[in-house]
Amino acid sequence: MSETVIPKVEMRGISKSFPGVLANDCVDLMLHRSEVLALLGENGAGKSTLMNVLCGLYRPDKGEIYINGSYADIHSPRDAQKYGIGMVHQNFKLVDSMSVLENIILGLKDEPFIPDFKRVRQRLVDLAAQYHLKVDPNANIWQLSVGEQQRVEILKLLYRNAEILILDEPTAVLTPQESHELSRVVHAMKQEGKSAVFITHKMEEVMEFSDRVMVLRKGKVVAEARTADTTPKELARMMVGREVLFQIEKKPFCPGEVVLELSNIDALGDRGLLALNNVSFQLRAGEILGIAGVAGNGQRELAEVVTGLRRSTKGALRIGNKDMTNKSPLEIIRQGVAHIPQDRSSVGAVGDLSVASNLAMKQYRSRPLAAGIFLLPKRIVDLARALIEKFHIATPSPQTQVKFLSGGNVQKTILAREIGAARTVMVAVYPSRGLDVGATETVRRQLINQRDGGLGVLFFSEDLDELLQVSDRIAVLFEGRIMGIFDADKADIEQIGMLMAGMSKEATA
Amino acid sequence: MKFVFEKRKSTSVPALILVPLISFAVSLVLTALLLAIFGADPFKTYAAMAVGAFGTSHGFAETLVKAIPLMMTGLGVAIAFRLKFWNIGAEGQLTLGGVAAAGVALFMERYFPGRSLLFAALFGGLLAGALWAGIPAILKTTLKVDETLVTLMMNYIAILYSEFLYYGPWRDPKGYGFPGSRMFSANAWLPRIMGRAHVGIWVGIALAIILWLVLKRTRWGFELQIIGASQKAARYQGIAVERNIILAVMLSGALCGLAGAFEITGISHRLQQGLSIGYGYTAIIVAWMSQLNPLAVPFVAIALAGLSVGGDQVQMVMGLPAAMGVVMQGLILFPMLAGSLFTEYRFLVVKPEPRAACPEPSQE
Repeated sequence: MSETVIPKVEMRGISKSFPGVLANDCVDLMLHRSEVLALLGENGAGKSTLMNVLCGLYRPDKGEIYINGSYADIHSPRDAQKYGIGMVHQNFKLVDSMSVLENIILGLKDEPFIPDFKRVRQRLVDLAAQYHLKVDPNANIWQLSVGEQQRVEILKLLYRNAEILILDEPTAVLTPQESHELSRVVHAMKQEGKSAVFITHKMEEVMEFSDRVMVLRKGKVVAEARTADTTPKELARMMVGREVLFQIEKKPFCPGEVVLELSNIDALGDRGLLALNNVSFQLRAGEILGIAGVAGNGQRELAEVVTGLRRSTKGALRIGNKDMTNKSPLEIIRQGVAHIPQDRSSVGAVGDLSVASNLAMKQYRSRPLAAGIFLLPKRIVDLARALIEKFHIATPSPQTQVKFLSGGNVQKTILAREIGAARTVMVAVYPSRGLDVGATETVRRQLINQRDGGLGVLFFSEDLDELLQVSDRIAVLFEGRIMGIFDADKADIEQIGMLMAGMSKEATA
Repeated sequence: MKFVFEKRKSTSVPALILVPLISFAVSLVLTALLLAIFGADPFKTYAAMAVGAFGTSHGFAETLVKAIPLMMTGLGVAIAFRLKFWNIGAEGQLTLGGVAAAGVALFMERYFPGRSLLFAALFGGLLAGALWAGIPAILKTTLKVDETLVTLMMNYIAILYSEFLYYGPWRDPKGYGFPGSRMFSANAWLPRIMGRAHVGIWVGIALAIILWLVLKRTRWGFELQIIGASQKAARYQGIAVERNIILAVMLSGALCGLAGAFEITGISHRLQQGLSIGYGYTAIIVAWMSQLNPLAVPFVAIALAGLSVGGDQVQMVMGLPAAMGVVMQGLILFPMLAGSLFTEYRFLVVKPEPRAACPEPSQE
């Protein structure tokens, strides 16, 4: 340790693995008083894991944590709280039906059995004023906007005298105005000597909020710098990483007719905000169109609009040469559209049902799996055996429940079924996310086979290397808008990285 | 060292057989303790129960009388529960089914000559149950109204409406003030097979088999299976989730309504007090103990009916307090329900693993 000042937090050699993934690989982290550290990285880079270790939710496999220079043994969030560490998670931990005040009181250890509401309220009001966190203590949580709920979460930590605040992608759910307010709050906390770790994958926010930035990639620290000494462009490159592309053989690109066309599509997200904003593109037969973007920028909504699971509020959707705007999922399935959904375990596959049932789920309606209203169980099992062999699905038997399969085999099951149903368009959302190398290769290979077989493939991925390797063209999605479409062989990875982070074309030029 | 319950990876066949047997043994021991406290000989008491419920033709017939409505409502509840639609309105659906059957049998004889009156009455009961269950189903699928409260509250509406009818407009003027309608024509009586037990038992068993076939062997059953496991997945597969839930819940209500129609046409032959005596609630226990499998429902229904009839016998034969029978039923059910935990989970003792030391010091 060459620092003369004792850092507020020091994490040394933190490693944490989950079955099949090394989420953190000997990560060191330092945080000083009155400092905001931005933790930058792609999804799955290990940012949240590292912070969950700090706040006591995970125990590291290896490594130690020092607070103010002395060893801290953190076993639970309660221990972390003792050391002044608090975290605002992506999904808030508030009780919807209770008031702001009640939520603050919940879990306060020092309060008597009947809490002193008056005193707590007074301190809450004072804190709110001090940190510009305007919120009505009597309002119920469900009545508050997402931004206000976040303020309650922050107040909860401040009330508990947190000195070290961890904010996990705090702006992901905020409007631009609310983000700016948050920036003021963070600034006020800094003035009080508090420190913060700010998890994000947006460059602009790194620049706006942080003093120092640390970039994680695949569980490792790849760069660390003072924010003032770096540029968004440099950060984008460090975040995405430059690795040798591993080429997959594929036939030369010779696109056929348009199989999918979106014209000026708007759609709302689950929270009723605009999730797709005037999206237009064409997908041709024999083409893989990659959709690049950081998760949560409209990918799921786009896939759902194309497959009929979400209504568009404006614009038109054509599949083949038919208008399929806001048609039902079944009508779209009947047009030969297959879909590998983002959420495998609860949407793509049904864990409680057998592998055979899961494989039959698209074709059970007609021959050869059904005769009239009856299913033909023997044919379903035969089909399952054939697909299990063809796609190398590792399962004890066709009757095994899917929930006992590994992630890769669940994905192969979905892939096998969807490929069987695909005749015009294949929509694949993060199909290789979380898979090991072998399963990833199978998935990519199969998508390319589909393309070579004359299907249009809409391929969502967060991994730029993968996108460049698999796609023919790449469209970048940011906050529900298409920021640009590039030919994959001429694409500039840095430019795509910048667009993914919301920097406009002009800024990257 | 710590203790954990781990979910079983696959259904263990030995557990499936052993757990209920052990649970039952535990029940018997617990009950025996209680009986001993009251100074009754447990063995004699058990013998009296068994004989009372199954040992005499009268007892067995009474067991069947109770088993039929439990079977029908148990099947109905199981169907709805498979879709995670918590229909606790079986009691009301049964009551209204009985009311409709009685209404048809009492007032529509001229439209349905001869034996057709019976079929019309049964159909009326079935339809009433289906429509009554359809209301919460539609509220749930269109407005996301919680079905538990709606089905429960609708029970009181149905029961009070039936009371209104037999205390009021349908009351038999020659009934000496007894609350009940007049007896309807024998054309609408369900044939009996043994004592008061009627052919409903065969219908119940047949329906259990048909339902099992529908669930396991038809496209619709497959769709219901997917919806029950994950509505999101079902929607993604192009299945019309809402429509199927409404249909399945109406089927659930139809079975309960038919149970009520059986009670009216098979047992009382009039609408009177005693139609709504809790079968629709016990049905929830029947459905759970059957693990929502229609084929298991008849067995569970007969076992529970036997327990109830046997419990009544104990009061009379052994001279125990009236509440004793009910307490015994509870004591027997408890371990059975608790035991089902062990068919789904297994109990493990885990020794703590020694923490691995960090071999590579972090490079500074």
